Amino acid sequence: MTDATSPKSLLKNQSPDSDWYKRRIIGLICFVIPGFVFLLLRLFYLQIIEGENFRRLSENNCIRLQSIDPPRGLIFDRKGQLLVDNRPSYDLSIVVKDAKPLEASLQHLSQYTRIPLELLWGEVEKSHNQPSFKPVLLKQDIGRDVLAALEVKRFDLPGTIVDVRLRRLYVKSQSAAHVLGYVGEISSGELKSVKYDGYKRGDLIGKSGIEKSFENYLRGERGGRQIEVNVTGQLVRVLKTVEAVPGNNVFLSFDQSLQKKAEDLLSDVSGAVVAMDPTTGYILAMASSPSYDPNMFVGGFSYDQWATFIRDPSHPLQNKAIQAEYPPASTYKIITAMAGLEEGVIDEKTTLGCPGSYKFGDREYRCWKKGGHGSVNIGRAIAESCDVFFYQVGLRLGVDRLAYYAKAAGLGALTGIQLEQESGGLIPTAAWKKRRLGVAWQGGETLSISIGQGYNLVTPLQLASMISSVANGGTQFTPLIVKKIQNASGETIKEFYPEIKGHLPVGPKNLDIIRKGLWEVVNGKSGTARIAHVEGIEVSGKTGTAQVFSRKTDSENESRRSQYLKSHAWFVAYAPSANPKIALSVLVEHGEHGASAAAPIASELIRTYLSENDK
Amino acid sequence: MFDRRLVQNFDWMLLIITLLLAASGLITLYSAARAGLPITQAFYLKQFMWYGVGFVIMIASFLISYKQFDQYAYAAYAICIFLLAAVLLVGKLVAGSKRWLVLGTISFQPSELAKVAVILVLSRYYSRTASTKGMRLRDLVIPMLLIAIPFALIVKQPDLGTAVMILLIAATLTVFTKIEKRAMIAIVSFGTVAIPMVWLLLKGYQKQRILTFLEPDRDPLGAGYHIIQSKIAIGSGMLSGKGFLEGTQNALSFLPEHHTDFIFSVLAEDWGFIGSAAVLFLFLMLIVWSLNVAHGCRDPFGALLAVGITALIGWEVFINIGMVMGLMPVVGIPLPFISYGGSAILSMMLCMGILMNISMRKYLIE
Repeated sequence: MTDATSPKSLLKNQSPDSDWYKRRIIGLICFVIPGFVFLLLRLFYLQIIEGENFRRLSENNCIRLQSIDPPRGLIFDRKGQLLVDNRPSYDLSIVVKDAKPLEASLQHLSQYTRIPLELLWGEVEKSHNQPSFKPVLLKQDIGRDVLAALEVKRFDLPGTIVDVRLRRLYVKSQSAAHVLGYVGEISSGELKSVKYDGYKRGDLIGKSGIEKSFENYLRGERGGRQIEVNVTGQLVRVLKTVEAVPGNNVFLSFDQSLQKKAEDLLSDVSGAVVAMDPTTGYILAMASSPSYDPNMFVGGFSYDQWATFIRDPSHPLQNKAIQAEYPPASTYKIITAMAGLEEGVIDEKTTLGCPGSYKFGDREYRCWKKGGHGSVNIGRAIAESCDVFFYQVGLRLGVDRLAYYAKAAGLGALTGIQLEQESGGLIPTAAWKKRRLGVAWQGGETLSISIGQGYNLVTPLQLASMISSVANGGTQFTPLIVKKIQNASGETIKEFYPEIKGHLPVGPKNLDIIRKGLWEVVNGKSGTARIAHVEGIEVSGKTGTAQVFSRKTDSENESRRSQYLKSHAWFVAYAPSANPKIALSVLVEHGEHGASAAAPIASELIRTYLSENDK
Repeated sequence: MFDRRLVQNFDWMLLIITLLLAASGLITLYSAARAGLPITQAFYLKQFMWYGVGFVIMIASFLISYKQFDQYAYAAYAICIFLLAAVLLVGKLVAGSKRWLVLGTISFQPSELAKVAVILVLSRYYSRTASTKGMRLRDLVIPMLLIAIPFALIVKQPDLGTAVMILLIAATLTVFTKIEKRAMIAIVSFGTVAIPMVWLLLKGYQKQRILTFLEPDRDPLGAGYHIIQSKIAIGSGMLSGKGFLEGTQNALSFLPEHHTDFIFSVLAEDWGFIGSAAVLFLFLMLIVWSLNVAHGCRDPFGALLAVGITALIGWEVFINIGMVMGLMPVVGIPLPFISYGGSAILSMMLCMGILMNISMRKYLIE
């Protein structure tokens, strides 16, 4: 590098015109000086001319922001009947800075509201590290009477604020609680997640059901106002307002009257009902029992209340229709029949003998009918639910071919309904067992699988969806529980149309054989569910009795079953048989027999729905 | 290499102004930090440390003659572009934008350094193309590219304030160097056609953001509210201020970003018209003095460098103080020397070092 300071290197740049920039610098200064004069004048205006005014505003920190919560969207049934509403609640807060003297103010408050003074102090102390002009929430939902008392004594209570906040009101209390869900305060974990970007502490969000799955539609947009307050924190005037945008209204696919009917039928038992329109996939009813009243969650929930729910063996918070997994039991014989016919291991005329049990390896696999069914074909086997027939069909197919048909019918997988927290269930294959348990598949296990026991697990929704596609000739629809969404002014912004997600892998002839068998179940001389017969309507269906007790020790336990070891009762059905308008699955936990416990519920719902819709 | 005359010609005035501004910055930050969370005393100590590092950088940047910067201008520019690209790829996401590179415990904003890099390359380029008739349109193609690359990368972060700042600095330097009348007309008419077209291409929320930026009152719960609180803080300082550590708007955290973009409001509340006018005067002194350095410089590269740095300081002061007083759009532009922020302090001290560098070498020819 040459020495930059040497005269030579500088001289190079010294062209005759090398001073061109000097004149332009004078020009720059002509811009700079007025710019600073401009700033100085503004400073003078703010601090000297308007200074007094701003000093006054600053002394009480008069200009504040108040947020306006948007009313959350409402939820209606298909016919527009209101299911979830908002009601006003009065929340009591205090601004510590304005509530001077604090002790006296709190004492008065305690006296008028009958809230113990220690509780009020506790709330105030909890928030000691936040700025003193921020309101401290003392009690939510104080009720109209207390509010009236406070209004009268307003002047004894400086700094006291009563905010009107909208709270959820579940109009039908327990009804459809699992579908609707409930709202609760956002947790610190949820606040951090990207999904809840833009939410703040204290916000109410959907915690389950529709409230959770449709949170983005229901929430609306927060607004707010700039307000000026006086020394005691009372509103002087509103400076600016940004209106909140109310949330969108959600319309469900079901009709509240059928929903209520399903719940009434389940009221004494633990279980679930799912009814679907087989021509569209719209859910007509989704009930889970026992239920709970979501209104209890609205004002916050104590740990003890929560623990009681969690410990309850009948799981009232669980939506059994989509979250509980059970062995499909004999309803699965529809799948075994379908696979057997399609794979050609049997046909319509194939007869197999049932002497009451089937010997495989060194074990006897019994039929539910001790004396046996004698020689049966597929039609009778379905109608009378002959276990031995299906053991043999299952053995000819093997576990993996069975699993293929079960999965193709939507079992053991999420159905894709618009509700979060759905369970998948399980359809085992040989590879699954090897991977999961490290043991090879045993032939005997195929016998259990082929009558829907063993590792098989499904949800009531999956079975409803399966029977629905059998009913409509093989089309699988994605189950829909929300039909449309409207904005607050009643314009439809989104509509959920029926969506075909696949077809049963079965030809029309074979499906007809199965449907004939299902008709025989209810209408045949020796059908297992003659009890489900409905006057004037042809019903088809299939019973199921799912064993609860462990397979290894069943023989010991069978003799001393307690209530909780009794089998679960299933019934899947559709009607009218020739042109189905409703398809449904009913599960009664520990109901023992599908025919006696579950079938009557199904037939009652079918009668209600069809008589109402035929009018 | 080191000449005794360099010491004799050292620009003490620049150093004194720098020290006075640094001191007012630290005092104001001390006051802002007393509001407690999230701005704690740690911020004040960190800023002190940044100034320490800044002084080292300042000294380092006047030891070697600025004439050597000429040949490293493109290399420095390339490094900055690389860092800006790196920010988009691996930068830390804060409040929806990626502006920070994190190295262990230190995070750095390359966009601050990019401002200085753009000044360097433009000074080099213009010092060779300037002519009495003014630059032609074809002379401006390369500078436009040099400006467009960092501009686009910074808009992508997104950091609209810094991107606009780069445009302003570059425009000042370009106009200062002189453009042919025909080229000027072409650029202005292109702008009048292109801006409405770009506007039509923007999405609804982007338009909303720009409108709010131009008119904070459109967002009474965000920017509009911040400006009101800032005006109350400044105005309530009145003639002599509420006194050091006495500002109430600041103490009760009514002021948003009171340690960075809105720091001038804290200063004005504590020290009143007398204090804030004094700081304004210090900035004016700095700008006039820097232009004097440019005037005294004997080669175009040095003069352009000094003018570019002056433009950087001048625009930031004007826009930031204008903003907190409700005269300018609400943009994230720091107040030089006063606002909290390591990257800004370091690049500002680098600029001071370069100015001193140019100033102390002006008589070397004699």
